[in-house]
Amino acid sequence: MQPAFEEIEHTADWALRVRGDSLTDLFRNAAFGMLSLLGIESVPGNSESRYFELKAEDTETLLVSWLEELLFPLEVENAAVVDFQVEVLEKAQLKATIKLKKIASIKKEIKAVTFNELDIRTVESGYETIIVFDV
Amino acid sequence: MVEKKDLIQITDVTWEIPTSYREDMRVPVRIFADEALIDAALGDKSFDQAVNTSTLPGLVSPVVVMPDVHQGYGFPIGGVAASRYPDGIISPGAIGYDINCGVRLLASGISFADVKRELTHLALALDANCPSGVGVGGSVRLTTKELDKVCRQGSAWALKNNYARRDDLERTEEQGQIHGADPSSISSRAKQRGKGQLGTLGAGNHFIEIDVVDEIFHEAAAEAMGLAEGLLTVQIHCGSRGFGHQICSDYVREFQSAVKRYGIKLPDRELVCAPLNSPEGKRYKAAMACAANYAFCNRQVLAHHVRRSFEQVLAGRVPDWDLHQVYDIAHNMGKTETHVVDGEKVRVCVHRKGATRAFGPGFEGLPEVYRPFGQPVLVPGSMGTASWVLLGTEESMTKSFGSSCHGAGRVMSRRQAKREIWGQDLREELEAQGIIIRAGSMPGLAEEAPKAYKDVDAVVEVVVRAGIAAKVARLRPVVVIKG
Repeated sequence: MQPAFEEIEHTADWALRVRGDSLTDLFRNAAFGMLSLLGIESVPGNSESRYFELKAEDTETLLVSWLEELLFPLEVENAAVVDFQVEVLEKAQLKATIKLKKIASIKKEIKAVTFNELDIRTVESGYETIIVFDV
Repeated sequence: MVEKKDLIQITDVTWEIPTSYREDMRVPVRIFADEALIDAALGDKSFDQAVNTSTLPGLVSPVVVMPDVHQGYGFPIGGVAASRYPDGIISPGAIGYDINCGVRLLASGISFADVKRELTHLALALDANCPSGVGVGGSVRLTTKELDKVCRQGSAWALKNNYARRDDLERTEEQGQIHGADPSSISSRAKQRGKGQLGTLGAGNHFIEIDVVDEIFHEAAAEAMGLAEGLLTVQIHCGSRGFGHQICSDYVREFQSAVKRYGIKLPDRELVCAPLNSPEGKRYKAAMACAANYAFCNRQVLAHHVRRSFEQVLAGRVPDWDLHQVYDIAHNMGKTETHVVDGEKVRVCVHRKGATRAFGPGFEGLPEVYRPFGQPVLVPGSMGTASWVLLGTEESMTKSFGSSCHGAGRVMSRRQAKREIWGQDLREELEAQGIIIRAGSMPGLAEEAPKAYKDVDAVVEVVVRAGIAAKVARLRPVVVIKG
């Protein structure tokens, strides 16, 4: 079985190959992959829940927006996403609930989620794409 | 992928990918590299990304590739592309997320021999006074109103708020202030990120480094810069932090639809762009100027903290602990400039990503003291290797749109570096060479190991042999602070 996400070689930045049975699964695995690169440890205690909806002009842009949404609280609120639920809807829309906790430590910084080589393709097992992060 | 057989060798350090290589190329790609650096660059997608870049509308020939090139996202790092007004384009991804990432060099009259025993204390003071690392906030907390002023004024804001001296501004590219900045072109998210990060180094390949001047190659220029063998200097390498990252992200996302409106076809969506004179293009340019000014100001505030650190440690121990500014340059920027193309003066937007401006002697934007020599070009090496101070040349104006290289350039992926190099071992190895290291993370240190980079001396030899820069001084690291 192929992994849900795997790091692939990139000279300067980080690149992941992400797979999913469905678009929702792909978005979930992309988030897991990105969060695993950051090496976050959160402080013990209760998390804060937040619900949001996103829409974009196509699925690739929606994927970038989704991942950016997960990164945003890191700098501004010193909070990290520790759990989430996401559902990709028709017409490049999604709804999500994320759980945030304050950060105890974080190993890596992602400057941005890029569109470089981003191309969500239908494959035999579902969907697949490459995502390159500027670090 | 581009292969060696696709390259035409013009001189020992100049190569070309002609437009015949791929149908959608609008201009050729000119590469400055020796054979070893060509081979290194063929190991990733650097040249393919340069070919993709050459398809952008309104480019003036050629796309230029520096010897420190490596694969980036969309546009290669170490690339230069000039687009013509009014029909040319501006591309946020071709400038980069870290808008106005750049290098500042400070110099001193402090002899390395006199303060060798104080270096550990200097490293501790720099680490304590200069906030670094992931998610670490700065010493300056800005209100929205003050942030807007930083956006418009850049280094001038730092001068008004006692973080700068007038001389610093004169010795900064564009005097540390790009005109045309408009804070209304920036999202509230960018502003939220920018408020708490002024005066921070960040992480990744950003650093503060104390170096010793190792060798002088151009006495008169070195004297004008205040550089002499055996004296300490300080380099600061960082950019516009989360503020610039958010601005670029916002516009790369927004321009996904702009390219459709303007009927622009691209081989990679990261190269999205808009015509320079379009409302979208003008708005991005105004936003980019805000981030550029923030970055100039950021390096200025850090320079203030570096000076404070030197005073804390060295006051009373050496007669003069002052640090004067040599120069501050951007290496991720889009600049409106006039260049001579086919004998005609043409107004262009020069995209430099991982490349510096390297204007020759006589350029009016230079401080008077440097005008006879050309613009200082700062080329940091990797932690254990030399850094270089160069000068722009007249030839660079005709060969590379007045541009030169920006560093050593990565050759090994971060993943491979982490697999092959253990951070603690590297630290001990560097300390055995007399280099004191302060780093926020050992895996992060491993990713930035000298082995992960090309030979900076070889990169510098190429730009010198190509005639686009001239040597002034070589610097040797003795203290490295990494986020």
